[in-house]
Amino acid sequence: MPVTNVLIAGVGGQGTILASELLAMAAMTAGYDVKQGEFHGVAQRGGSVFSHVRFGERVYSPMAPRGSVDYMLALEQLEALRYAHFVKPTGTVLVNDHRVEPIRVADERPYPENAMGFLGQQGFRVVMLDATRTALELGNYRAANAVLLGALAEFLEIPGEVWERTLEERVPTRLLELNRRAFAAGRTALTRAGGSTALPDATSSSP
Amino acid sequence: MRLMSGNEAMALGAWEAGVAFAAGYPGTPSTEVLERLAEYEEVDAHWATNEKVAFEEAMGAALGGARSMVTMKHVGLNVAADPFMVFPYAGTNAGFVVLVADDPGMYSSQNEQDSRYFAKVAKVPILEPADAAEARRFTAAAFELSERFRTPVMLRSTTRLAHTRSRVEPGERREADRQPFSRQVSQFAIPVYARFRRVELEDKLARLREFTEEFQGNVVDEGSDPIGIVTHGIPYQYVKEVCPNATVFKLGMLYPLPRRRLEEFCRRFDTVFVVEESEGFVEQELASFGIRNVIGKARFTNVGELSADLVKAGLTGAPVRPDFSTDIAILPRPPVLCAGCPHRGVFNALKKLGVLVTGDIGCYTLGCLPPYEAIHTTFCMGASIANATGFHRAGEERVVAVIGDSTFLHSGLPGLVSAVYNRVPTTMVLLDNGTTGMTGHQEHPGTGHTLKGDTAPAVNYEALIRAIGVQHVEVVDPWDLESTERAIRAGLEHSGPAAIIARRHCRLLPVEKAEQRTPYTVVLDECIVCEECMESGCPALVWEDDGPRIHDWECVGCSLCAQLCPVDAIVAAEVA
Ligand SMILES: Cc1ncc(C[n+]2csc(CCOP(=O)(O)OP(=O)(O)O)c2C)c(N)n1
Repeated sequence: MPVTNVLIAGVGGQGTILASELLAMAAMTAGYDVKQGEFHGVAQRGGSVFSHVRFGERVYSPMAPRGSVDYMLALEQLEALRYAHFVKPTGTVLVNDHRVEPIRVADERPYPENAMGFLGQQGFRVVMLDATRTALELGNYRAANAVLLGALAEFLEIPGEVWERTLEERVPTRLLELNRRAFAAGRTALTRAGGSTALPDATSSSP
Repeated sequence: MRLMSGNEAMALGAWEAGVAFAAGYPGTPSTEVLERLAEYEEVDAHWATNEKVAFEEAMGAALGGARSMVTMKHVGLNVAADPFMVFPYAGTNAGFVVLVADDPGMYSSQNEQDSRYFAKVAKVPILEPADAAEARRFTAAAFELSERFRTPVMLRSTTRLAHTRSRVEPGERREADRQPFSRQVSQFAIPVYARFRRVELEDKLARLREFTEEFQGNVVDEGSDPIGIVTHGIPYQYVKEVCPNATVFKLGMLYPLPRRRLEEFCRRFDTVFVVEESEGFVEQELASFGIRNVIGKARFTNVGELSADLVKAGLTGAPVRPDFSTDIAILPRPPVLCAGCPHRGVFNALKKLGVLVTGDIGCYTLGCLPPYEAIHTTFCMGASIANATGFHRAGEERVVAVIGDSTFLHSGLPGLVSAVYNRVPTTMVLLDNGTTGMTGHQEHPGTGHTLKGDTAPAVNYEALIRAIGVQHVEVVDPWDLESTERAIRAGLEHSGPAAIIARRHCRLLPVEKAEQRTPYTVVLDECIVCEECMESGCPALVWEDDGPRIHDWECVGCSLCAQLCPVDAIVAAEVA
């Protein structure tokens, strides 16, 4: 049984690590071996953060090899570009339609305008989601991570009740309802954005 | 079954092994080990002022008969090197484990430093786990080993082990018996009896060399491919990812190495690959055993962190797939000081004054980046004040040392005492944000709280600094730009050493986050597009085509940008 590789990328403070912890916990509960490796610099002061979640029968490396990621979740567009070389040629990229301008240190090039088009040209299946706006409508822009995670859940064979239990276990009580709703919104947003279940390689493994 | 990081698993393993006392000083990626240990009721755990103090406290507890642990990042061992080198001469009483976390790739460190060499110099055994489950087991094994040979044991971790979560099956705690201390001065008063102990240390090492041949954590995975690899820790995972069918000698004990078993293993293959992260420590040991048929650092870099991709490249010559940065502008995203960070006001003043600034380690190290570029040197914790003294001696007249509160208590104070003693007119700016910010907000002796959450006496910096002989001491609010600049200027003008204490809490502390503040806003009609406000470097302030905007959800109302605006076009949102 092949290992499923997921990469989650974002900017410090966007909840990249929490999203990957939730996914890793859900995968463990669903019976898989799991590794979740997180990569960030000094206490995440607005820098780039990414995390790999790998699950299957037996997982070794905490980081998926380049060109092997099945699903990339990007909470920000520039961060999607930064880690796109990890995605496999037929991989899926779920991108939050959101930009965070980086602080400039000796690099005056403009923020890339055509990030999504570029990713599409590489052959990836690109799905754009307005996760931050959806989360804002639900009450807090910080729940964008749960929206993307809900969209990812549509591709994976992790049962709904496992997700529900994982959210309950890991998310602080005062934020639970918000995250539940954001997660559910992500699931339906994906179906609206073009669906997933029809994809032949969408689910490459089962417990 | 639980999902745990290597750090959580090491804390669990120590708790299960009956650890009674643990001390440490924060440092990524080691910090959570002590934070997690402190959550266990049975464990007495606390932050010490620095790693040397933490080491000596835990060492004292181990001599006193309690299983003890000390935690630090790799550079912390430099600070604790003195006791680390001498304690093995005496040997411990109860189990004593030194957790040292290296940071290959320098995710949050000023250097790459392979701690295995330190252990070899000190003649201390090293255990290194390869995942969280092993981290739990090896921590317990380290305590056993320590008591069996009466030696400190280094538990070596790396960023990847510390920060990777995987499955762990927790066990129960077994209380360890207290071992009463016997007052044999010949054993514990080293300087007088060192010559005897020196010989014993070699005997102990000889016995450890026998032990490592039997140690269960040194294992060979027999494979079907005719390829032999010696590896350890996290690199083992990369090796298994890339060639699951190779025959792999996985070292769990990195010093001393099981020489006979390695000789036997290497005889089985024409060529053996040694895959290790950081320096070629194992490779060099093998060479010293006279084993010649190995390939190591020639194929696997000693710079940065390894990966499955780099291991594959080293084994097969396959190129590593590049990222897309040659095709599209993947702009770098350096870390920034938070909106409302109190450090910002100090950098603004320093930039205006144009003085030479010696820096130190903490969030404020970011003051060396644009738009401030107001820190000119940074090396290691505590260096700022002593470096400033040196610059004065070299003829530089206007020098300011900038240091955080945690860093000042860690190792800055002796530098200030020396400056006073030697009549050096150094001006120090103490950034008192009430926390150890950079490593994730740990308490320290100046905060009034302990690691366990109890209240504690807080250092009175003004009284302390006056007591050592600094006559010019002034406290300012760094959100007040004018006063901050004036205070630093007055410090520079003072003929002797001067201390400016810039006091305001870190914005990320819970007390501050809970406070509702009015965000600021730009009145575009008034704005003259001079970009002065951008000098604040605040992430809540963004430049759009027609002028600046303030993200109201990020702005905490520090008013810094408003103070910088020459035409009062930035105002509190309720006024607008
Ligand atoms: C010897 C050593 N120990 C630990 C660290 C990790 N570390 C980096 S900065 C820092 C302390 C920062 O606290 P403070 O001086 O209060 O500044 P702040 O980050 O709050 O601005 C620590 C512990 C280190 N770099 N070197």
